Amino acid sequence: MEHYKMNLTLKVWRQKNSKTEGSFDNYSVKDISSEMSFLEMFDVLNEQLITEGKDPIAFDHDCREGICGACSMHINGEAHGPWSNNTTCQLHMRAFKDGDTIVVEPWRSTAFPVLKDLIVDRSAFDRIIQAGGYISVNTGNAVDANAIPIEKKKADDAFAAAACIGCGACVATCVNGSAMLFVSAKVSQLALLPQGDPERKTRVMNMVAQMDKEGFGNCTNTYACEAECPKGISVANIARLNREFLSASLTSEE
Amino acid sequence: MGLTGLFLITFLIVHAGVNACIFVSEDTFNTAAHFMSHNWVLRIMEIGLFAGLLLHIIQGLLLWKQNRAARPVGYTLTDNNRNSKWYSRSMGLLGTLLLFFLVIHISKFFVSTKIALYGGGDADHNLYLEMKEEFAKWWIVVIYLCGVTSLFWHLLHGFGSAFQSLGINHKRYTPIIKTAGTVYTVIICILFALMPLAFFLNWID
Ligand code: SF4
Ligand code: FES
Repeated sequence: MEHYKMNLTLKVWRQKNSKTEGSFDNYSVKDISSEMSFLEMFDVLNEQLITEGKDPIAFDHDCREGICGACSMHINGEAHGPWSNNTTCQLHMRAFKDGDTIVVEPWRSTAFPVLKDLIVDRSAFDRIIQAGGYISVNTGNAVDANAIPIEKKKADDAFAAAACIGCGACVATCVNGSAMLFVSAKVSQLALLPQGDPERKTRVMNMVAQMDKEGFGNCTNTYACEAECPKGISVANIARLNREFLSASLTSEE
Repeated sequence: MGLTGLFLITFLIVHAGVNACIFVSEDTFNTAAHFMSHNWVLRIMEIGLFAGLLLHIIQGLLLWKQNRAARPVGYTLTDNNRNSKWYSRSMGLLGTLLLFFLVIHISKFFVSTKIALYGGGDADHNLYLEMKEEFAKWWIVVIYLCGVTSLFWHLLHGFGSAFQSLGINHKRYTPIIKTAGTVYTVIICILFALMPLAFFLNWID
C-alpha cells in the first residue's frame, strides 16, 4: 500500500456533559499519514488543540488493538467507520483521501448517555452481565480442561459468541437501538456449554429483563448489527436468545 | 409480531386463492366468495382474523413507541444502506400504508358484502359485478397497485423475519425459508395485482 499524506476537515460532536446539549465543531488537520490509525489522527488533533489552549476532544480508548471495545465513534454515518468487522482503533487513515470531510458522533442511545464529547456511558452492558452473564462455581484449583467432554461444534459456536467485546456498535447502528446482538452473544456463550446449563433459564430471563429496563429498543431483524459488529457476531445468536427466552418463559415455575 | 404475522401470511394464501377464481369464471368466483361469507366456521374464523390483525397493529405500535424512545437524539449522518435493506428498516411505514389501503379495501368490498348479508338483498349481491365496476376506475386501480407494492416489501422482510423472531435460524433451513419467502411474496403479490388489472384492461369479461 502506498503511503501518502492528507489534509482533512473534521466535524466533531462536542458536548460538555450529559446535562447540556451538544453541537458540532469544525477542525482541520494537516499532513495526516495514511499509516496512522483513526485514534492517532485524533491524538494529533488534540495536541493541536492543547497548544492552542483549547479543550481537547474527549474520546474513549484503551487497548488500541481491537480487543477491548472502548473506542466508540460513529464515523461518517457508520459505527466504527467505513471498514467492516473493525473497531475505530483499527481503522486506518488510508480509508480516507486528501480533502475529505469526516463527521464524528458519539453512540446515540437512551441507554448510553453521552458523558462528554464522544464518550458514552456503556455501564448498561455491565448491569446486563451482572443480571445473569456468569456461572456460579466454587473457585479453587483450575479444573482439567477436558474434564467435561464438549462437542466440537458447540465449543466453536460458544467461542465465536464469546468474541463479543461489548463495544456497543450493535446498539449504535441499529435503527431501533436494540441490544439484542450483545445480549444474545452473552447468553449464547454460556447456554451452549454444560457449565452454563444449571442457570440457563434464570440467566436468560434476568438478562432480558435488565436489557428492557435499561431502555434499549426491540429487534426487528434488520441485521445491521451483524454487518457492523467488529467481531462478526452472528444473528443466529439472536434466534438462539429468542429460543432460550421462549422456552424459559413457557417452562419456568417462577 | 412474528406469530401474528405468520397467521396473516396464512390468511393471504386463502384470500389470493379466492381471488384467482375470477380467472376461471364469474360463477366460480361468486360461489367461492359466497362460501367464504356464509359458512359459519369461516365466519367465526373471520373474527379471529380481525383480532389477529388488530394484535399485529398494536404490537407494531408498541415496538414503534419503544424503539423511538430508545434513540431520542438521532445521528446527523447515517449510512444505513451499507448495513441493511431499506425495507427491513421501514416495516412501520409500510405497515401504515397497508393499513390505509386496508381501510379503503374493507370499506369497498367487505362492508358491501356484510350489508347485503344482514340488510337484505343477499340473493342479488354479485361481488364479481361490483368489482368489475370498481376496477373500471383508474384511480381505484392505482390505489390497489400501491397497496400491493407496500405489501410486497412488507412481506419480503416479514416472512423470514417471523421465523427468526420465533427462534428459527438454521444453517440448512434458513436459506430455504428465505427462498420460500421470496417465492411466496412474488406469487401472492402478482395474484393480488392481477385482479384489478384484469378487470381494468378487460382481460376477462
Ligand atoms: S455484539 Fe458485536 S457490536 Fe455488539 S457489543 Fe458485541 S462486539 Fe460489539
Ligand atoms: S481501543 Fe480497544 S478496541 Fe479500540
